[in-house]
Amino acid sequence: MTPTPVSPASPGAGPAPTTTEAPALHAAALALGDDALVLSHRLGEWAGHAPVLEEEVALANIALDLLGQARVLLSLAGDEDELAYLREERAFRNLQLVEQPNGDFAHTIARQLYFSVYQTLLYGQLADTDSLLAPLAAKAVKEVAYHQDHAEQWTLRLGDGTAESHERMRRGLDALWRFTGEMFQPVPGLDLDWQGMREQWTARVTEVIEKATLSVPEGPQSGAWTAGAGREGLHTESFGRMLAEMQHLHRSHPGASW
Amino acid sequence: MATAHQPPSTAPHHPAAGAADTAAPALESAFDAAVAADERIEPRDWMPDAYRATLVRQIAQHAHSEIIGMQPEANWITRAPSLRRKAILMAKVQDEAGHGLYLYSAAETLGASRDDLLDKLHSGRQKYSSIFNYPTLTWADVGAIGWLVDGAAITNQVPLCRCSYGPYARAMVRVCKEESFHQRQGYELLLALSRGTPAQHAMAQDAVDRWWWPSLMMFGPPDAESSHSEQSMIWKIKRHSNDELRQRFVDICVPQAESLGLTLPDPDLKWNEERGQHDFGAIDWSEFWSVLKGNGPCNEQRITQRRRAHEEGAWVREAAAAHAVKHSERKEATA
Repeated sequence: MTPTPVSPASPGAGPAPTTTEAPALHAAALALGDDALVLSHRLGEWAGHAPVLEEEVALANIALDLLGQARVLLSLAGDEDELAYLREERAFRNLQLVEQPNGDFAHTIARQLYFSVYQTLLYGQLADTDSLLAPLAAKAVKEVAYHQDHAEQWTLRLGDGTAESHERMRRGLDALWRFTGEMFQPVPGLDLDWQGMREQWTARVTEVIEKATLSVPEGPQSGAWTAGAGREGLHTESFGRMLAEMQHLHRSHPGASW
Repeated sequence: MATAHQPPSTAPHHPAAGAADTAAPALESAFDAAVAADERIEPRDWMPDAYRATLVRQIAQHAHSEIIGMQPEANWITRAPSLRRKAILMAKVQDEAGHGLYLYSAAETLGASRDDLLDKLHSGRQKYSSIFNYPTLTWADVGAIGWLVDGAAITNQVPLCRCSYGPYARAMVRVCKEESFHQRQGYELLLALSRGTPAQHAMAQDAVDRWWWPSLMMFGPPDAESSHSEQSMIWKIKRHSNDELRQRFVDICVPQAESLGLTLPDPDLKWNEERGQHDFGAIDWSEFWSVLKGNGPCNEQRITQRRRAHEEGAWVREAAAAHAVKHSERKEATA
């Protein structure tokens, strides 16, 4: 398929699409691509800081899988580097969950748990559709099943480890809970069973958290005015700083090739 | 990036094998014969204490270099200027963590423990390659590290694939394969910059200017000042002298620099027809010794970050250990 270029500043405002599926497909590729791109970046920040050498390898591996997915998805929406490096904060369509700073290892694992269960369900459903994204989803679902396993294993170890790790894991799960509702806002262009996904996600996450001797957080799953916000280009304050770091070199040399 | 190091000449010189060994002379002569015949020594084989100690020190220093070496490159992961470059750099830094794992495992086959070796790194009792005490100031430094630092490491490491100690030699086969990818990506990164805009070309030249001399120092002090080389050569842990390997590296780099369209910062560098090798300028060994003693630009920063990651990760490792105990107790209870 030929990707239709999207104007970096306002995705979706590119040249007239050739098929009726194109705008919705681009919006979907952008949403999922931005999720993968941004989480990959956050995980990349762990390099050299992980608690044990095996986790240097594991976190980098997950980051690389996600970056690979992001590159395929963004290329469906336009030029991968223009989209990654030349869009402003408000043009990104990722969930607020994935842009949240790493925090401690438990915080990162909580983010991984929430997101990887979601991504496994989403790609699993998407792989069975006739969407142009189905082939990517079929390949990626195998990768994200491993990410889910990694996050679940660590949730169990930390939750049911020492008193300190239990408390840290609880804090991580609680702090990120309010970013989880957004995941189930339907993404335009993805004809999926969002309500069913929400139920399956809740069931799985509940099972893992309880097995880890913790409780499912009780607060709301979205902020007062932020339901669906990331998908609409509303982000949290740390995201602008993340992009400033990510984009500065590319933007410092306009038109250069690397 | 990795730097199999020559045994550092600052470490205490071990007495010749035998002083602490109480083994029957027959074992020692079997060992000597196996080494002389280019056979591999394996973990369960008898070996002189000093051979074991030399290997532990060298393999540990190599492993430490891999994990400290992640830092200067990880410094650019979040700023890599294209997604392709970002993926390559992440994969490279991940490989280095993997090399660290193989190498600590190789040291464990000699009876060392990873925790103990990490303690020695964190307390400064064991060293890592001094090259990582230089900073990565621009994106082009990622290319210069790949081309020069990994290039020097490969020159050092290829002979180690034939090292007399089996687990180390086998680890090096795999490490060298990955290092050669690293070196190529560095060269290719620099080529793109050199052929890019004037600003990119200048960035590449500046990086090569800063990394050239420290890369030559990676081969260790001149042969005349390298104190344990002789014994390591007899044991076939080491197969070429520091100066031989350094010369080989210079001869490889000169034509590559020409192809890159970059110059090497040495006015005395020229082909010597008679020797069939390049002559090159005098290395500033006072800089080498000064960095080795802790006065490099990043010594403090590198070890502080390493210690911090280790200390901040202590609760995670404790949790994993506590969970494993609970898990096995539950298994026993239900068995």
